[in-house]
This record gives sequence, C-alpha cells and structure tokens, in this order.
Amino acid sequence: MIHSPYIRKPASIQRVMLTVLIALLPGIAAYVWQIGAGILVNIVIASVAALAGEAAVLALRRKPVAMALGDGSALVTAWLVALCFPPIVPWWLTALAALVAVVAVKQLYGGLGQNPFNPAMAAYCTMIVAYPALMSQWPAAGQLDFATQLQLILGSTRDLDAITGATALDTMRTGLRVPDATVDSVRQLGAFGLAGGKGWEWLAAGYLAGGLILLATRVITWHMPAAFLTALAIISGAFWLVHPGQFASPLFHLASGGAMLAAFFIVTDPVSGATTPRGKLIFAAGVACIAWLIRSFGAYPEGIAFGVLLMNLCVPLIDMKTQPPVFGHRGGRAP
Amino acid sequence: MIGRLFNFRGGIKPDAHKQESAASPIRPAPLPSRLVVPLRQSTRATSRCLVQPGQRVLKGERIGEPEGTLGTAVHAPTSGTVVEVGLHPMAHPSGLDTRCVVIEPDGEERWIEHAPFDHRAAGRERSLAHLRECGVVGLGGATFPSHVKLGRGSGIDTLILNGAECEPWITCDDRLMRERAPAILAGAAILRELIGARRLIIGIEDNKPEALAAMRSAAAGIEGEVAVVAVPALYPAGGEKQLIRVLTGIEIPYGKLGGDFGVQCFNVGTAHAVHRAFACGEPLVSRVVTLTGNVAAAGNYEVLIGTPIDELLPLARPRSDTDRYLMGGPMMGFALPRLDVPVAKATNCVISASPALFPPPQPEQACIRCGECARACPAELQPFELYWFSRAKNFGKAQEYHLFDCIECGCCAYVCPAHIPLVDYYRFAKSEIWARERDKSAADAARERFEFRNFRQDREKEEKAAKLAAKAAETRAKLASGDDSKAEPTAPAPAAEDPKKALIAAALARAQAQKQEVQPRNTDNLSQDTQAEIADIEARRRQQGTAHAAASPAVAADDNPQ
Repeated sequence: MIHSPYIRKPASIQRVMLTVLIALLPGIAAYVWQIGAGILVNIVIASVAALAGEAAVLALRRKPVAMALGDGSALVTAWLVALCFPPIVPWWLTALAALVAVVAVKQLYGGLGQNPFNPAMAAYCTMIVAYPALMSQWPAAGQLDFATQLQLILGSTRDLDAITGATALDTMRTGLRVPDATVDSVRQLGAFGLAGGKGWEWLAAGYLAGGLILLATRVITWHMPAAFLTALAIISGAFWLVHPGQFASPLFHLASGGAMLAAFFIVTDPVSGATTPRGKLIFAAGVACIAWLIRSFGAYPEGIAFGVLLMNLCVPLIDMKTQPPVFGHRGGRAP
Repeated sequence: MIGRLFNFRGGIKPDAHKQESAASPIRPAPLPSRLVVPLRQSTRATSRCLVQPGQRVLKGERIGEPEGTLGTAVHAPTSGTVVEVGLHPMAHPSGLDTRCVVIEPDGEERWIEHAPFDHRAAGRERSLAHLRECGVVGLGGATFPSHVKLGRGSGIDTLILNGAECEPWITCDDRLMRERAPAILAGAAILRELIGARRLIIGIEDNKPEALAAMRSAAAGIEGEVAVVAVPALYPAGGEKQLIRVLTGIEIPYGKLGGDFGVQCFNVGTAHAVHRAFACGEPLVSRVVTLTGNVAAAGNYEVLIGTPIDELLPLARPRSDTDRYLMGGPMMGFALPRLDVPVAKATNCVISASPALFPPPQPEQACIRCGECARACPAELQPFELYWFSRAKNFGKAQEYHLFDCIECGCCAYVCPAHIPLVDYYRFAKSEIWARERDKSAADAARERFEFRNFRQDREKEEKAAKLAAKAAETRAKLASGDDSKAEPTAPAPAAEDPKKALIAAALARAQAQKQEVQPRNTDNLSQDTQAEIADIEARRRQQGTAHAAASPAVAADDNPQ
C-alpha cells in the first residue's frame, strides 16, 4: 500500500548528477582551451572504465545494473578522477584509477550512498602513492598540442622530461626549499601566471562558474565552498603576512591546483562529507587546513585529496557533535 | 498587535490546486439513503449508545452518551429510524470497524427542540459542559474535544484561529471563511471568553485573499484585540506548532501543549461549530467537505456526519480513470481502503486520485545524504539520519535524534531525490518503539511481581529468624535468672553456653512440647452428618469388637472432608 505523501517534487538523483556534470563543463572548456583537448580523451577513458567496472560489480552482486548505472554517479566520479589527474597520464592509469574509485571505494562498501570515502580522492591518493612519477608530470599551459597529448596518453613510450614541467604548486614547494629562495624569486621560474599557475587561473574561473551553477540549482549549499575557500585564504594569508618571502599568497593558493575544483565539486560530495550545517563548515575548513599544510610542508605537490580522506574519517564524529537543535528544543521560549 | 511574522524553518511549496474547488460555494449535500454515525467521534473515546434498532430519532437527538474526560456526545444527523447498531468500517487507513448507529432518514429533517445557550449567564463550567453535550470537537483533523482544550481555566494569553489550510486541494475552510466569517468570529469571541485569552489572532495563508478580506471585515465587529494575519503560503504553515511559531514566535516542543506557553489554537471550522452550539443550541451534526481531484465538478458540500462516502462522490462526478480516493490532503491524507465508510467529524476532503494527478512513486534509490530533507523539515530534524537509524532498526538512536518530534508532514519524502518513502520509515520506527514499550512494560510488571515475591519470602525468613532469636534470648534470660520452677526439662543448659546451642535446645524443647500437645485433629470441624456417620461406624465396630481400629489414621483420613 502506498502511503502519504502522494505527491512528489520532480527531483531525482539522475537530475542531481546531471546538474553536476553540466556544472563541470565551464571548467572542462577552460581546460581544453588552456591545457589541451587531451583531457577529453581521459574523461572518456575514465567514464568507460567506471561504467564497465560498476556494471561488472553490480552483476556480481546480483543488483539491477541499469538503474544504478543510470543514476549518473559513476560518471561524476569518473569525470572528477580525470580532471584531477595530470592530463597526459597513460590511459591504463586513468582506467585503473576509475576502477579503484568505483569498484573498491564505492561498490565494495555497498554502492551509492554507502562509501565512507570520496571515491575520486581515494583513487587519486592510491595512484599518487603507487605512481608518484607519472602522477607528477603536468604539461604547462599550451605546451603540448593534441597529437602529442594523445600520443602520450595512448602510446607506450614516454620521454617526458623534455616536455613537462612541474605545476606551479610543485615549483613553489620545491623552489622554496633552495637556500635563500623567496616567493618572488621562485615566481621568476616560469609556470606562473597572473595569480596561480600559468593558464590555471582560467580553469579555476571555470570551476568557480560551475560552482555558482550548483549553488543556484541548490545542488550544494554555501557552507562547504565558503568554509573551504575562507579557511584556505585565512591560513595561507596569516603565514604570508608574517613571512611574505617564505609563504605564497592566499590568492596563489586559491587560484592554483585543485582549490576551486575541490571547493565546489569535491569537498561537497554529500555521501562522504559532513551533513549538518556546522559540520559542513568544520569538514571543509579541515580539508583546507590539511591541504595547505601538505602544500607548504609535505612531500606531495597537492594536499587536497589527503585532506578530504582524513576529514572523511572524522565525519561520523563531526556529524554527531554538530547536530542542530530541533524545533522546540532550543530551550525556553524563543521570541 | 502583531508586530511581525516569524518564520519556521523548512517547508515546501507544492502546487496548491485550490482553484479546482475554491470557486464553488458550500452547498448542502442531499440526504443519503442511510447514515452510519460512528459512536467514536473524538480522540480515544467511544460514546455509550443511547438508542435501539427500530427507535425513531429526531435531528440533533443524542444517540451517544459521552464517557470519560475525552468523551463527547454523538447526535442523530437527521430525523429517521435507527435500523441497526453494530460494527462498521471506519474512514481510517486500517479500515477497522467501530460501533456505529445506522439511521434511515425519513426526509423530514425534523429538529429536536433547541434554543440559544447564553454562555455568560451559564458560566464557564456549564458552557464547557454544553460544548461537550453538543459534540464539538476540533475540525482541523485531530478531533480533540474542544471542552477539554478550553478546560485550562487560566494562563492563556492568546487564542489562535487556524485558517491556514496549507494542504493542497482542500478548500473547505477557505469557503467557510468566505461565506460565514461573522459566525466564525462570533464563535471565536466565545472561545476567547471561555479560555480567558486577551487577544485573538487569525492566521490565514496569503493564497486566500477572499477569505482574508471576509475575515478582516468581520473582525472589525468584534471587541478587543483581534488580528487577521496573512501568513506566507508554505506547507505546513497550518500545522499547529508551525502556525503558533509564525504568529507568535513561540516554539512548542514535542510533548508540550500550546496552553503550556499561553497560546491555544482552534480551527476556523471549530469556531463555527462553537457559534452554532451557543447561538442556536445546535449540536455538531454536519461539516463542510471538499470533493475535488480527478472530478468533473469539484466543490464544497455541507455534509451530514455519517454520510457514506460512496453516496457523496457522485456529486463531484469522478472521472473514469480514478484509481483510488484520498481522504484529507495529498501530503498527510490516506487512501480509503473502501468507499462505504462514513464521513466523520475529521473528514475535510475527499480527493479522486488518478495516475496522472498522483503518479505512482518511482522506485526507491539509494540515499546520498544530500540533505534536501533536512532543509525541508519544519521540525528541523535530520530526516536522513532518522531514515538510516529506522532502516537499521536502531530505534534507540532514532529516538535520540528526536524521532517523535516528527509530525509526519511529508515534506522530506516530497523533496527526496532518491524517492525514499521517508515518512513510512518513521511510522514503522514509531510503531515498533510503541510495541516494544508495551512489551517492556509487560515484562517490567512480571519482573516486579517476581522481585516482590523474592522480597516477601526473604522478609518472612527474616521475621522467622528474628522471632526465633527473641525466643532464644528469652530462654537464656530465664535460665540465667535461675528460676528452674518453669525451666523446660530438656533445656538445663548453663547460661554461658553458646547461644546457637541454646537456640537448638529451645527449639527441641518446643518441638517436644508441641508433640505432646498435638492430638489427632483430623476429626475436628466435621459436619454433623459426618459425625453422625462416624458415630454409627464406631458403634458398629464396637459391636463387632473391633473398636481398637477406631483411632487408625487411615480410616480417619478417609472420612476427612478436607
């Protein structure tokens, strides 16, 4: 017997996921424009691998395949995996990462809604630990044409040192380790644009535009992006004000690497993130702080993925401790 | 006066669908072929039947005597003949039966004698009793007896009249306010006096401008502080706690009543019924019901309580693709399990549902913890947490997360992109918790009985031991005093001896003394017949020279009537 309510808002998980995919398009467009069309190949590879992996596991688990594939969540994971990997990683690495994300991190925990960790970030961490060299090779903006990128992605031989440089974040991190180096001297090295990495400001702008779409369509709330970006700005700003020579500016941190992608598309993953309003603020701020620590002092060029996974671990505690007061339980008469 | 409106968090804006029936004035529904009047018209109280089959009744005649504090009287909705008193299915999702009086109308609509009732002359107590006698209960849906709600004699500052009518499709209150605003306000004025409130606030959703205008102009004729307030049309603005919050800013927690916070809330329909009860002395025998949905002629009808739904439906001409009928609104109403159930005092709306209007729910998907439900919840709960806990049957946690604050308004299920029937999970969890509470209190009672039995046995043991010790001490004292004239022959123990030994010795002595005293007593307390019989037997035995067997216990025991 069907019970009330008998009417439903025309909403669905497919619609949510489709909105996320559409919101990623401005960022992808900027990516293609600044870095190259190779990213599109990676997105296709990741998507195919993720869908195939999900279908295989669902069949093994004797679950309805079509409905789960149709919800679009595997595609979102695949796109995020492709977008946070270097655009010239070999195809098998992208495919492997997508499989790790969908099969190991998502389906082995019970499928959509059950995974405690962000699948894309778990795949990123797995790969950067397993293949640090391949995962650190980023082409500079406009450096490689599509044919070269395609050859790098699909080909077997790789002669990379000649064609890739480190990212702005990586250059900054390693550059500052040289004695007497300052932020200004490191910034002379190239790879830097107006605010962040050369060309990467455009990607950041693209992701920001997509994030605004998500906010406008109410797919995400303001809490996570605001807390993430504010915390990153505050912690980097504080150190930058004290030691402007030794620490990069907040603007650099916000415009470099995956900060914007993370702020709107990665920390906002509802499944693995905190859910209460205050919990969301704590979660996203925690990710930002860990990311800044790893960027500034750690062994990896980017720290957001580790930050997300570490904060994922804290989610049950955060949620438990930040339960908002219930109607009528705020104590005393309200007005 | 009202300074500003407050907000409640959450809420949704479903399509109102009010225009289908809002334009049609209230018309009396024709007399049905028979009326099935449930004797249970107010919450948790069934009235005692006063009529028998074959008896003729007049319109407004009492057919049910109120019982208990929550009871209200039940009346014949029209004149006619009682044809049956028996069990009939109710308008309830369960379709369970309740005792009903079935009346065949004679078509004359002859009233009993009734006269206006002056509440000022009669005083508060008698006025409340009059309301109970008139069967006035809350017409907003909960059918809580009005005299009980008014019973709180003091401490109420604000009377709120609920004209929000936030559920989609329903327009019965809207029409009532448009057409009978002065009567509603007259009823509200009486309610305000009876409850001792200072001010009267009438909350109406702003999507009913005609009702607002009618109520405003009628309110001008009422003395004292009266405000007719347009509240934003946001479901569930008509929820009692939500409306109180919007109008006064007060948040009433679960388990508390408006009266605890100085506000009391009545539906506009109830105020109208109160007016009829005092101004005309009429008991509550009819109410306005909206017939709408997938019908050719949606409208509002003044319907006699007890009218079978299937006799009412043809008035609206349901279309052929109607697949079921909902009672109440689509957010909190329920699908009628059958159509021969009668209209009750809580029946505000019957909606013809078709697959096109109310499509079957899409298959349930996985919860992605998107939090839409939490943003929509007017009780400010975390519905998805309650869902996970209910699903896992972790009822303790569900209660910790305030499961019982859920008002089952359906906002969470309405917005859920995964199409999870969230409210059903909460209903399941609540009923499981109630069932377990019942089991637990039964087990508690059993345990208490067991523990008391143990306690009683221990106490008896202790008392015995204490008595024994006292006696032993007495014995010792006697021995020590050297008074051997009364000393037991078997207890010549010296005073310095171990008290335990003294105790044993005393007990032995007592046992011996008892043995000596005890005679065969199984021939005591016999009836005279038995004694006579025994005497006969004895006599025969003596004659036979076997008198020595008379004391044999076996023979005596056989005769023992015990």
